[in-house]
Amino acid sequence: MVHRFDTLVIGSGLAGLSAAIEASLQGTVAVIAKLYPTRCHSSAAQGGIAAALGNEEPDSIEWHVYDTVKGGDYLTDQDAAGTLCEDAIKTVIRLEHLGVPFSRTPQGKIAQRRFGGHTRDFGAAPARRACYSADRTGLAIVNTLYEQCAKQPVAFFPEYHVLDLVIEDGRCLGAVALELRTGEICAFEAGATIIATGGYGRVFKTTSNAMASTGDLLGILYSKGMPLEDMEFFQFHPTGLLGLGILVTEGARGEGGVLVNGNGETFMEKYAPRIKDLAPRDMVSRAIITEIKEGRGIGGNDYVYLDLRNVPRKTLETRLPEIMTFSRIYMGVDPSEKPIPVAPTAHYAMGGIPTDRDGRVLITESGAAVEGLFAAGECACVSVHGANRLGCNSLLDTVVFGRRAGMKAAAQKDKSGPGMPPGAMERARETVSSLLNNKGGVRAGAIKKELQELMMDKCSVFRDDAGLRAAAEKIETIRQKAGNISIDDKGEKFNTELLDAIETIHLVNLGEAIVHSALQRTESRGAHCRQDYPERDDGNWLKHTFIRKKDGEIHFSFKPVSITKFKPEKRQY
Amino acid sequence: MDKTFRIKRFAPEKDNASRWEDFSVELGPHERLLDGLVRIKEFTDGSLTFRRSCAHGMCGSCAMKINGRSRLACQTLADDMPELVIFEPLPAFPVIKDLVVDMEPFFEKIRSVMPYLVNDEPLPGRERPQSPEEMEKILDSIRCILCACCTSSCPVYWGDKQYLGPAALVKAARFVLDSRDRGGKARLDLVSGAHGAARCHSIYNCVEACPRDIDVTRHIAILKRQTLKRGLRGAR
Repeated sequence: MVHRFDTLVIGSGLAGLSAAIEASLQGTVAVIAKLYPTRCHSSAAQGGIAAALGNEEPDSIEWHVYDTVKGGDYLTDQDAAGTLCEDAIKTVIRLEHLGVPFSRTPQGKIAQRRFGGHTRDFGAAPARRACYSADRTGLAIVNTLYEQCAKQPVAFFPEYHVLDLVIEDGRCLGAVALELRTGEICAFEAGATIIATGGYGRVFKTTSNAMASTGDLLGILYSKGMPLEDMEFFQFHPTGLLGLGILVTEGARGEGGVLVNGNGETFMEKYAPRIKDLAPRDMVSRAIITEIKEGRGIGGNDYVYLDLRNVPRKTLETRLPEIMTFSRIYMGVDPSEKPIPVAPTAHYAMGGIPTDRDGRVLITESGAAVEGLFAAGECACVSVHGANRLGCNSLLDTVVFGRRAGMKAAAQKDKSGPGMPPGAMERARETVSSLLNNKGGVRAGAIKKELQELMMDKCSVFRDDAGLRAAAEKIETIRQKAGNISIDDKGEKFNTELLDAIETIHLVNLGEAIVHSALQRTESRGAHCRQDYPERDDGNWLKHTFIRKKDGEIHFSFKPVSITKFKPEKRQY
Repeated sequence: MDKTFRIKRFAPEKDNASRWEDFSVELGPHERLLDGLVRIKEFTDGSLTFRRSCAHGMCGSCAMKINGRSRLACQTLADDMPELVIFEPLPAFPVIKDLVVDMEPFFEKIRSVMPYLVNDEPLPGRERPQSPEEMEKILDSIRCILCACCTSSCPVYWGDKQYLGPAALVKAARFVLDSRDRGGKARLDLVSGAHGAARCHSIYNCVEACPRDIDVTRHIAILKRQTLKRGLRGAR
């Protein structure tokens, strides 16, 4: 089956839905995704979306830009951060107009709360900048945008898994996908294709990410020899529920919660004397691991407490109801009576598919783009988050840059594109049949487990040369084993085991890109912390990494950081 | 602790009818039933088929019938279940494979109730005002994750597949109750037909099944009252 649309959107999270709505104003749009639209991981976003509305206290766009740049440890591209923060206000207002049910101030305005790294007066004190819908902001926005799509000519193809992007002579012609229900291989021809497939936290053992967050499209681009940017920067959120990694929003600390170690002491004042528990996530995660390593975990174990007992019960119930529920269900803890056991959890990829501010996918560090190919949201690297993303800037990123990509994509002159070359579907069929017929006897689950444990052990919050070298070697053996993955399920219809195998292979490739990128960057910046190179090194490393693999060899190149207003300074909070 | 997972299976390309299969699974104290299903799929039988994604009750993918009740496998802890856990696909929807059902009839109903904010008044430069009290009226319904636990456990829906069902009615109520919405009569018309709100017999299975603790029946009652008030006829 061959489908043809002006714009093809891959992924139905917030970036994809935002792009689709925008593109539908100018032509036909298809959204294909491996899940049903509202099942996307954007729905799990809790705390809020940042915008300097100034509804609760004075705020300014400039402070927001400064915080975003400093939060990203000066690797943030400042032109892009400017776009993000300037668009933030009208974006949030537009979301409200579309129907997003934001929590409100007594005066009926959108309510705002404190969040990590967001400050007033260039770092003087925490600022109320996070617009929220209790602690289910992602769900509220996803539902609203999905609802809006019901009004627009947006065609949804749920449960289609993309097997390949078709790129010929520097131009993207569309994608080839497997319709899960029938097992049929379909082509989607489009004048423009937008990748909006989210993150890939499943490369790590403990993660807040959904099981579907496997970075399939990044894997596809990487295996085509195309570059990925800043893959060494992966954020660990400080507060994941112990053992499960389920996110506990930073909003919990924004409402007054504090972290406590095994001696019953708060400890963030040692690491960030001014804003303490509301320091950026990379710093708080390092602080927690340091407390644990120095023997001050709870009972000497690998976790600390998030204590919300000083937050009024009414606040917990109205502003953090989901957290209350998660804690009760999964930990058996009522946060108004007992502290919640937490530890850092792999949360957000700052790195991804290099794009410009209009979402165009770049193939060189000097700015050459693939015609007709766009990316937005967590899968993309604009880079507005630099070396460490601030909380509430990701929902903002998805909507701002999803829209911009949708707008540009739909404005392509040659709307229908030249069509799919012969052989594109055949190649995908061969990939599927070789996986189905592989008799190597290795289980995808075993590969995934080995990879996830390795990444957690050697490439998470703290890294060093020896560990990364060992990881690089081990990943090579894992990759070879992955060539022998066998599949029990030989059926064509709804073969999710086949998808697990494909996802696992992508994860192994992304693990490789992360480890090698981390190995070559011999400094510490944001979420990338090298114990053997503990200082930030602007002289050598104030630049973005581009990694690509050609003929089995890994190559690096670098792109300068856009610095407009804020010169790099020592990062203290 | 050891559990027996008794799973109702159906492979469309092999089976003429569904069949039962038992698996023995070891689960730790904090583990979810979903963890057990994933373990079976990854290490015992890769062909076992179910939907899953977020694994903490926010995406709605892993709704299935577990020990006789529609619920989320990711929100049910092994500790809270007996030694024998029986898994079946969600009732009332066509089975595609094992625990996967066809969700299209469900989403079709959601799309049919004007599930979006209607307001053609000139846009203010800032947000439309809404008081916390007004917002509180939609606080319950906006928590819906469209998992279909409610609709699949509704006896009225079992007997009348044209019935909009609890989830679509909650979606309609979400907008009827929103102080910013002007969809009024048009939306109420859509939920007032023979297969609309009046079809609900207040059996409360939906309330019991909802993993989000939404008071579903109360929302349907509001629609019933509002359609009557506007002189719209209910069923028959």
